[in-house]
Amino acid sequence: MTLSTTAANSAAPAGPLGSVEALIAGLGGVGYIASRRIATALYMAANLQKPILVEGSAGVGKTELALSTATLLGLPLIRMQCYEGLDESKALYEWKYGKQLLYTQILKDRMGEQLADAPNMEAAMDRLHGMGDLFFSEPFLEPRPLMKALREDDGCVLLIDEVDKSDEAFEAFLLEVLSAYQVSVPELGVLKAKTPPLVFLTSNNVRDLGDALKRRCLHLHIPLPEAALEERIVASRVPGIEATLTRELVGFVQSLRTLDLRKAPSISETVDWARALVLLHADSLSADLVRDTLNVILKFEQDITAIEPQVVELLHRR
Amino acid sequence: MQHTLEQFFRALRAADVRVSPAEAIDASRAVTVTGFADRTLFKDALCATLAKSAEEVDRFEQVFETFFARDEVSLPPPSASPQGEPSEADMARVAESPLAQAMLSGDSTAVQQSMEEAAARAGVADIRLSTQRSRLTRRMLEEMGLEEIEAIIAGARRLPEGEGQGLADRLEGARRDLFELAQAYVARQHDLYAAGSGRELREERLIRKQINADGGVDPVDYQLMQGLVKKMAKRLAAKYSRRRRAAQRGHLDVRKTLRRSMAYGGVPFQVEWKVKKVDKPSIVAICDVSKSVAAAAQFLLTFLYSLNEVVDRMDAFAFSGRLISVNDILDDHGVEQAIFKVLQEIGFQQTDYGRALQDFSEEHLDRLDRRTTVIFLGDGRSNFADPRLDLMRQIHDRSRAVIWLNPEPESYWGQGDSVMNRYARFCHVAKQCATLEQLERIIEDVLRSYVPH
Repeated sequence: MTLSTTAANSAAPAGPLGSVEALIAGLGGVGYIASRRIATALYMAANLQKPILVEGSAGVGKTELALSTATLLGLPLIRMQCYEGLDESKALYEWKYGKQLLYTQILKDRMGEQLADAPNMEAAMDRLHGMGDLFFSEPFLEPRPLMKALREDDGCVLLIDEVDKSDEAFEAFLLEVLSAYQVSVPELGVLKAKTPPLVFLTSNNVRDLGDALKRRCLHLHIPLPEAALEERIVASRVPGIEATLTRELVGFVQSLRTLDLRKAPSISETVDWARALVLLHADSLSADLVRDTLNVILKFEQDITAIEPQVVELLHRR
Repeated sequence: MQHTLEQFFRALRAADVRVSPAEAIDASRAVTVTGFADRTLFKDALCATLAKSAEEVDRFEQVFETFFARDEVSLPPPSASPQGEPSEADMARVAESPLAQAMLSGDSTAVQQSMEEAAARAGVADIRLSTQRSRLTRRMLEEMGLEEIEAIIAGARRLPEGEGQGLADRLEGARRDLFELAQAYVARQHDLYAAGSGRELREERLIRKQINADGGVDPVDYQLMQGLVKKMAKRLAAKYSRRRRAAQRGHLDVRKTLRRSMAYGGVPFQVEWKVKKVDKPSIVAICDVSKSVAAAAQFLLTFLYSLNEVVDRMDAFAFSGRLISVNDILDDHGVEQAIFKVLQEIGFQQTDYGRALQDFSEEHLDRLDRRTTVIFLGDGRSNFADPRLDLMRQIHDRSRAVIWLNPEPESYWGQGDSVMNRYARFCHVAKQCATLEQLERIIEDVLRSYVPH
């Protein structure tokens, strides 16, 4: 078994998907600092051709991971935002009803002519049947994200964002797409992807996803990063930031996370804050500066009022 | 290796990480891609394919570390023993026992291998209970060939003075080491495969435990039972919220469709469906909190409060002599402490059902409408006071359903000061409810009757 493994490894495609290390380096090159676990999950997803379910609190870089992967692999990104009430007609395809209607109206006279010389009702019906198919054909088809992704012949990155916000019926509908990379459209037949897309699903845990869906996906939970990793992320996202400032602000955010807050700041808030501080030409943190910009990292009034008196203490704690 | 992976899946399942066959196949495929050389890669790959939530990831890590941590069998080198290196003659005497040879020469690998094989033969991985540990250790040692060693020791002791003494001491030391190793091995297997099942057994027992048994619920079990109640409630909520959504789609609404089609010149492009409006059940719980029923009341309230997803509105009242609304107390203190607070306020009064019903009709009767289910919880023992059946009839007429849960078995109803059988006439359902299992079943009925089929 070990022998066949090495063989498989050497046969694996070179480039960013060749190994976990190459993936980390590649993602770093497009500005996404990935932990080893993230890169491994991505590597497995590409190698096993399985969708990957990314969970984690808001702002830890779930969506960003999909965007960066698309940039890294040079593939188009197709994004589908989920929400309650999302259904097939918005996710998969829809007929262009307006266009169909317009065309029928314009072609009314032509159709009348065509049917005028039909000897009897049956013959007229037969001809009408032939025309009916015209209106349910490619030109009248409005592909939605899922169908677009399956029709990309060179593969693509499909991001199904916040899948936990969609309802269970839709989740069940996704199963066929995710396991076989195909969908059945009654009027057109089964549509199968030539190159399976790399699928990312993200979830904020608004509700528990079904086991069937989870089983079809690899699971990746992105936790809030450790200080060292977060410093690297800030440095990569905010060019031109002083190293001391990075260390100070990451330390401050990290100590904030240990407190009992309604919404602890995540990576995106840290990065926003770093940008704001750079705009303000700050080169180190002071209590006043932190108080003035606290609203960038804390998004609830009661969090801000709770933290404000503690700012000095938090700054000196480290 | 496949066998090892299978064992690992079993250990994961025992730790409550769900591993389906499909996931097991994925994991095996993942392993062929990653290989075994890189431990981190191997672990992360398995983790991505097997653990499907943040909690499962934590449990996965624990199991992985325990499972793949072969605690190296490290035997002391033979020269370290008080008797020094074993002599040629000693080695010759133990020639027929490979285990003794390995122990004497300090061959850790051989001992470990023999231990693994013996464990497989003794079925150590099938361990279920902690009480099986010593028996399995013994069997494992027998499989490894302990008897041979004992025979050699006995033989050496019989030899003339001085000749076999050194060997016997040495082997006895080795036997002690071996025993410790085997014990540690079995303990680890128990942690892997059986630690979870012990909890399952306990939970199963608690579900059927009489809530109002003499002495009440053991405080040790209490936390576990609260957890169980929440779990049951979550299961019901998931089940019924799904069915409620499914009920939204009705038949074609012809009138609406025709009206909508006017915009398209009479062509019915947009189809409208009849939508059934599904009422969420609205619940009024009235609980007797006198000593005999308090525990049951607490579990009922925990249950109902954990159902907030599928219950539209829930009001709770408690009484022993007088009746009060306990919504505020529940909101402020949480269900766990609420009952004690309630008891502080109205406890130690003589139970009076008639009085409580009167309080309810005077103050809160407007809360009842045709969508309300009233759940009474009490033993129906009114201390020979007027049971006020007229008020009970009124509640019955105004509400959608009246359910009475009685911790006492039906044969006691109507005996002594119990007016239960008289109240039962005005209840749609009157049932005994003494265990969590019964409680769950009844609540499920309440939810089900609100879901149109």
